[in-house]
Amino acid sequence: MSWVNAVIQGILTGGLYALFACGLSLMFGVMKVVNLAHGDLAVVAGYVAVGIIAVTHIPAVWSFVLVVPVMAVLGYVLQRTLIQAALGRSVLTTLLVTFGLSVVIENGLLQFFSANSHSLQIGSLVSDSFSLGSQITIAYLPLVIFVVAVIVLLGLQFFLSSSKYGRLIRAVADDREAAQLSGTDYRHVFGIAAAIAFATVALAGIAFGMVSAFDPSIGTDQLLLFAFASVVIGGLGSLWGTLLGGTVLGIAQQIGAQINQSDQILAGYVVFLAVLVIRPQGLTGQRAEL
Amino acid sequence: MRSATETQARHAGERPVRVTRSRRPVAWTGLGAIVAIGIFAYLPYLVYSSTTDLFINVFILLSMASMWNLLAGYAGLVSVGQQAFVGLGAYFVLILAQHGTNPFVALPVAAIACGVVALPVWWLVARLRSGYFAIATWVVASAFELFIQRFPSLGGGTGAPLPGLSGLSPTLLTADTYWAALAVTVVALAVVYLLLRGRLGLVFTAIRDDETAARSVGSHVGRARSFIFMVAGAGCGAAGALLVISQLSVQPSSAFSVQWTAEMAFVTIIGGIGTIEGPILGTIVFFALQQNLSHYGAWYLITLGLVAISIALWARRGLWGFIDERLHIRLFPVGYWLWIDSQPPARRLPGLRRRVRDEPDQEEPPRKP
Repeated sequence: MSWVNAVIQGILTGGLYALFACGLSLMFGVMKVVNLAHGDLAVVAGYVAVGIIAVTHIPAVWSFVLVVPVMAVLGYVLQRTLIQAALGRSVLTTLLVTFGLSVVIENGLLQFFSANSHSLQIGSLVSDSFSLGSQITIAYLPLVIFVVAVIVLLGLQFFLSSSKYGRLIRAVADDREAAQLSGTDYRHVFGIAAAIAFATVALAGIAFGMVSAFDPSIGTDQLLLFAFASVVIGGLGSLWGTLLGGTVLGIAQQIGAQINQSDQILAGYVVFLAVLVIRPQGLTGQRAEL
Repeated sequence: MRSATETQARHAGERPVRVTRSRRPVAWTGLGAIVAIGIFAYLPYLVYSSTTDLFINVFILLSMASMWNLLAGYAGLVSVGQQAFVGLGAYFVLILAQHGTNPFVALPVAAIACGVVALPVWWLVARLRSGYFAIATWVVASAFELFIQRFPSLGGGTGAPLPGLSGLSPTLLTADTYWAALAVTVVALAVVYLLLRGRLGLVFTAIRDDETAARSVGSHVGRARSFIFMVAGAGCGAAGALLVISQLSVQPSSAFSVQWTAEMAFVTIIGGIGTIEGPILGTIVFFALQQNLSHYGAWYLITLGLVAISIALWARRGLWGFIDERLHIRLFPVGYWLWIDSQPPARRLPGLRRRVRDEPDQEEPPRKP
């Protein structure tokens, strides 16, 4: 029964990972940018939330109302300045710039907020749960986060496939010169895509801050790698793949923890490496188009 | 290269053509290198051990940066997981020392072992391209760290002291470590130089300029890259081995810290990525900054990161590119210069200057206007 419990908890954790991963996937899909600062930006969102809560005294649960727009604006600005400048040069430059950004953000946070960990206090919500049978208890918080992740993915899917702006984003992703010729400023579209990606990162950062404590180093130590592992396990370029990948990663970690508490994270990486060996295109991937 | 030269010669008609490695005679550079190595080798007799300690760290970073430069600057592989090999090198020395081997003897063994480990790692991560390749190397480094922590005999998560060196006096130990670090650096630079001078260097120049074109003319891009990945693994392993010897203990979180890769990358970018001289210059800048900013906590890394971002964006050739563009100096000439009419290649051809700026370090044979 504890195994079933592990799988259920894993699936719920997977929602959070998918939330982290979809921003990474979106930025790669549209701009071909692998944002190495992705995890640190989630941590930044966490710190922004802590700051906003301290100043405005709004409940932590509602902090996303302010944090998400702030991060979206940051995403647009960052894309239009640094990342766009790097994109114009080479893939190598983009990687170097985002890697540099990652190190600068992490050490900047360390400098200003120390290595102490913070968390978003949501009172009793963090431990409230309901029981299924005698063995399985499901906490509301991971369940809510999972539902939020599914809603975000559904929304993104709908936005990209059906809305006018979503079509624009797909057009620019397919062929930016052709989109430019038909009168679209692709830089602006890239900025919008980055803003959306950063908004999802903000949500993920806040959700993570509610589930557990965060400190400046966790962005690169865990978040970026989890998001990335979810993307690769699920299959590159597929939004629902990231949900599947996040879920698989979550289950692997929970089962690893079941075997030995200290093996939780390692188990996730082992599954990631196994997928890389057996099915490098990911679980939902069609072809090896990496 | 020879056939290319002959073609050029036919085009030039009767005019005498000469091909050299460098624009200026380089005998003095070679002599200078030998003298520099000699001076560095004699240094422990001249300075206090605090200075020697500083130089050990300089050499460790320089060897790492040269390896990262080989990966990113020449093979086009941005690895942000080189700390995997730094950590493994450190732990291989620890394991061998725990079984009674002298750590200095264990150093080359650890380096070679890291090179061997790099092959299966390459096989895994090479399935992904550019950005995803980068994060995959990072995941592998993280997995190695977690794996090592599982062994209580290696100190688990807290680390372990390095046995086997307690018999030496501190002064002698520092000096020995210094010489080992100097040897590793000289070997690393020599390997990089010889690799790039040879056939592989041509393959990498081709990959750097246009990977598809390089493949189409029959370069074994994958094989060349896997070889470089192994060399870089061995080099970073040697650096990690030096690290554990100089600190006399090893902790998984610091040995496998991504900070190593951050430092090697920043040093390379600031000095000039894709040149052998770049990492040397960058390392000097790094330590100058670190000495001055070390009281300000994480500021030196923030400053370095910002400088590296700016250079990557607006001055891609780095500090050495700045020098090279003006003085045409190459301490490690790996390309060729073509001389026609025994005239020295023109100093300032507008077209040449532009080409040099667009395509870093391509040593275009200068022609008469």
